[in-house]
Amino acid sequence: MKVGLFIPCYIDQFYPQVGIATYQLLKKLGCDVDYPENQTCCGQPMANSGFSALTGGCDKNFVANFDGYDYIVAPSGSCVLHIKEHLKDDKNPAKAQKIRNTIYELTEFLVDILKVEHLTSNFPHKVGFHTSCHGQRGLHLSSMTERVLPQFSKPEQLLQKVKGLQLSYPERKDECCGFGGTFCVFEEAVSVKMGKDRIEEHQKNEVDYITAGDVSCLMHLEGILKRQGSKVKAIHLAEILNHE
Amino acid sequence: MSNLKTLDHAAAAEIFIKDEARTDWHDDTLWFVRQKRDKAVHGIAEWEQLREWASQIKNHTLSNLDNYLTAFEQQAQANGIKIHWAADALEHNQLMHKILKENKISRIVKSKSMLTEECHLNDYLKKQGIEVVDTDLGERIVQLRDEAPSHIVLPAIHLKKQDVSETFHEHLQTEEGNNDPQYLTEAARQHLRDHFIQSELAITGVNFAIAETGGFVVCTNEGNADMGAHTAKIHVACMGIEKIIPKTEHLSVFLRLLARSATGQPITTYSSHFQKPRPGQEMHIIIVDNGRTKQLGRADFRNSLKCIRCAACFNTCPVYRRSGGHSYHTAVAGPIGSILNPNLDMKANADLPFASTLCGSCSNVCPVKIDIHEQLWKWRQVIVEEGYVKPEKKIAMKGMAWLFSHPRIYRWAGKSGRWFLRTMPFLGNNKLNVWYKQREMPEVPKQSFHDWYQQNKNK
Repeated sequence: MKVGLFIPCYIDQFYPQVGIATYQLLKKLGCDVDYPENQTCCGQPMANSGFSALTGGCDKNFVANFDGYDYIVAPSGSCVLHIKEHLKDDKNPAKAQKIRNTIYELTEFLVDILKVEHLTSNFPHKVGFHTSCHGQRGLHLSSMTERVLPQFSKPEQLLQKVKGLQLSYPERKDECCGFGGTFCVFEEAVSVKMGKDRIEEHQKNEVDYITAGDVSCLMHLEGILKRQGSKVKAIHLAEILNHE
Repeated sequence: MSNLKTLDHAAAAEIFIKDEARTDWHDDTLWFVRQKRDKAVHGIAEWEQLREWASQIKNHTLSNLDNYLTAFEQQAQANGIKIHWAADALEHNQLMHKILKENKISRIVKSKSMLTEECHLNDYLKKQGIEVVDTDLGERIVQLRDEAPSHIVLPAIHLKKQDVSETFHEHLQTEEGNNDPQYLTEAARQHLRDHFIQSELAITGVNFAIAETGGFVVCTNEGNADMGAHTAKIHVACMGIEKIIPKTEHLSVFLRLLARSATGQPITTYSSHFQKPRPGQEMHIIIVDNGRTKQLGRADFRNSLKCIRCAACFNTCPVYRRSGGHSYHTAVAGPIGSILNPNLDMKANADLPFASTLCGSCSNVCPVKIDIHEQLWKWRQVIVEEGYVKPEKKIAMKGMAWLFSHPRIYRWAGKSGRWFLRTMPFLGNNKLNVWYKQREMPEVPKQSFHDWYQQNKNK
């Protein structure tokens, strides 16, 4: 099983430890992992700002890098959702379609494809789970409080296998953190207020860490936590699952 | 209120949030309504099936709107109701004015009509020297304060009881500082009772107009639509063309969805069915387009016309709850407003589709399954294409798009630690950096993942 590792641009530049954890975890679980070295960005920042017309270069580069893998895996629900919904290649529509069909967010790949039953990870801390919207409502990684459907959670299924980890949820289980791509600067006041409110609920649970499947949410929450001088740390789910 | 816009959403929201305690109160109040909604819908095992039926009935109706509208007109006329057609807000207001003039009417009560808010009827008539008294409590409060409703179901949800007390003290001479809700409600009741008794004409909205019978249904909790329509000698109901449903039996789907989605009630206190004028009464219906056929012609946005105005998307929206309805500067605020209003005036409302994180909660609560957050995304594309976006944003986006299309330069720029600072307008550590106002920057690591991988891949 040949897996192409997709490490979104801001993880590559600012959070390499999340990429490293994802890579090591997949290797540990027996995957043949390869990181196509000319990858850059999925194009989501432009598309979500209304500039999808400018994402042709990103699309082309993405297809060139990720053509030919059995699966493509990324530690970001948001970027995966963008590729799934919007990747286009007018010259090679079949290649783009195959990528759209075979790209997976990390936790859904672990649960649905690898069907992971045991993990060797150990993380003896109180961890609050932040549900990232695009992974949840877009990729359906977990059930949603708005819908009347059976309950499930792929990330939780994995976190429960981690030794020593005490999992908690904020009172509003799946409210958005307010990052929202360029929303975080163009609607700065609302964005920060939403982030502060999420943090407050996690702090009520006396967590040591806030984790999520998306680094973008965590970057935003971490920025606020640090400004507040909080002891609570932000950590990506892959880092926990890879922690021994 | 014809020109509501003074600031764009982000700027108005920033002012709203400055009073953080009040923002928390606003957020909690609306979240409480969302929780009531959750409780109500989780008690209905077939909830998702009902949403699907409602969506399909509305889709079908929108695809056959011309036929259903004519059928409705014929049935209603046969029942003795006078039908008027208005192409836009102005024509709607003129038609209303004509009815008032012809019948020499000056005392008017109104209940449950967002459409007349959309058409700015009160302002229009005020300019003609005619006063309309809004009779629903929340609506009356904002009318006395010369404000617009901030929510389509809970028009005064931005106000606290202290605010209401001050308003009533000023306008209804209630005791100063008496904030007792029961006392204040009683004062409003007495005040409105006089208007009801004297009213000559009652204006109401329409929740559902039934093509097969020519009748219509108005859903209310306070009963003011009935009180108005039953006391006045003329009843004028105003409806958008999208209010049509084919058959009476379809009400059994929509009435179960509407109040549960709106407030978590199983059904509104009153579901009033109007069929024909009572003896001696005149009944009119003004059927309004006002941009709806244009929206119907937009393939990506037509199904926004399925909306039944429950406001569930308002209550669940984390942005709405923290920015208040007035920051949307339109009659219909919230997520649904943000996909309806660009159709009415794209330039004036170009900010609204961006007033969202695209979290998707709105689409999940929508009882008629409008893909609201996907339409927000699509409106962003249209707005950029039509050129209603700031030039600096466009330059930044072009820079990013170019960089990401050139992997070598991307890596070089990353190494030199500059590309984010140059291309992303928000990631630089200075006064102009909006990110940094209330958030620390991510620490820049010694090496990128790419560089780590090159060193470690063969280990």
